[in-house]
Amino acid sequence: MLPHLDAAYNLARWLMRDGDAAEDVLQEAMVRALTYFASFKGVNPRAWLLQIVRNTAYGSMALNRGIEIVPIAEESEDGAGAELVSAAEDPEVALLRTRETSHVRALVAALPVELRETLVLREFEEFSYKEIAEATQTPIGTVMSRLWRARQLLARAAHEKGLA
Amino acid sequence: MSAKANDPMPGCDKVLLVQAELDGELGAAEAAALELHRAGCEICQQAQAELLRARGLMRGEPYETTPDAVRARVMARLQLVEPRLQASPARRWRWDWLRAPSIGFGLGAACAAAISLLVLLPERNDLTDAIVADHIRALQPGHLEDVVSTDQHTVKPWFDGRLDFAPPVKDFAADGFPLKGGRLDYLDGRPVAALVYQRDKHLIDLYVWPTSGAILHLSGDTAIQGYNVVHWTADGMNFWAVSDVERGQLDDFAALWRKGS
Repeated sequence: MLPHLDAAYNLARWLMRDGDAAEDVLQEAMVRALTYFASFKGVNPRAWLLQIVRNTAYGSMALNRGIEIVPIAEESEDGAGAELVSAAEDPEVALLRTRETSHVRALVAALPVELRETLVLREFEEFSYKEIAEATQTPIGTVMSRLWRARQLLARAAHEKGLA
Repeated sequence: MSAKANDPMPGCDKVLLVQAELDGELGAAEAAALELHRAGCEICQQAQAELLRARGLMRGEPYETTPDAVRARVMARLQLVEPRLQASPARRWRWDWLRAPSIGFGLGAACAAAISLLVLLPERNDLTDAIVADHIRALQPGHLEDVVSTDQHTVKPWFDGRLDFAPPVKDFAADGFPLKGGRLDYLDGRPVAALVYQRDKHLIDLYVWPTSGAILHLSGDTAIQGYNVVHWTADGMNFWAVSDVERGQLDDFAALWRKGS
């Protein structure tokens, strides 16, 4: 199986905030990765692929500048809400979980994209600061302050909404 | 957030260190120094609480795994670009060479064991370790070949366009080492060809890539975790064979190759 496809999709999904846009980015990025793999000289293929995803996403956002992509209510999105629920879970707990999840997700989606990507690479991919710096072509100091601002904004927004 | 936008948190310049500690980016000495500071700094204590809240929120979020329909469409698109990705149904979702240095949990343990050998072994062992680790990974179900063929005239062209060199491919079925296929791998900082051979019930991986400079590591052999490794250079190429076959058989295999090259 394509081992880093999920990582690529996850990042695209968080960056684009919209399932269809994320798929377009994913498709484009995977084709680029396949095309350019021969020239890949690094040691971390996942970071390399995510850098391609990220650059593709930024390219796509630049093309669509002016057209703000606003995700429709999360729950209605091609049953994505339902997929998050494990069958073994108590339905009520599951529903609650899905709702909470959507709220937090909406808060993350509201973050500026450069804060969002830094946060996603750190929290989901567990990239080191150095890896984030490489993937986002940003100095480490900036990575640290972006991460800080992202978390601070997230924690405070959640606090205001009574989520944490 | 106006004029202070770039000021992480007014009042203490150590909050980014608090964050770095939570992210596992601080050394023991730095962490100990920070601990002393934080004990007396309310701002840093607040910062830590806030960071932990943010982390908790993100940890509750699902990793967005690729929906099956999206995965299928991506694969269909990729196969337009590279029809040979579809080599066999069982392998359809695999793109082995893209995960070359990434390793699973079991292999992580194997690597840890291999790394512990580092201190005991002479030079080049980082490469030897990488090769043995890669071989073990390749033995996991479904990871062995990207192109399955016992025909060297199928395997050799498969590498064309995937590598910036043309690896020699030979079949030694008549000598008891039939060719099974090949795959791309990543070693020594570059893409390499991996040829897969069978010896009875054992598998042999032969890694081939061009020698990079004037200094050649001529030849040698070693054993790691029960895997025998033999390497040599010929015709400007590095050859590394690794397998759990007996040392003598692997030497025979190497001799066949060297005789013909």
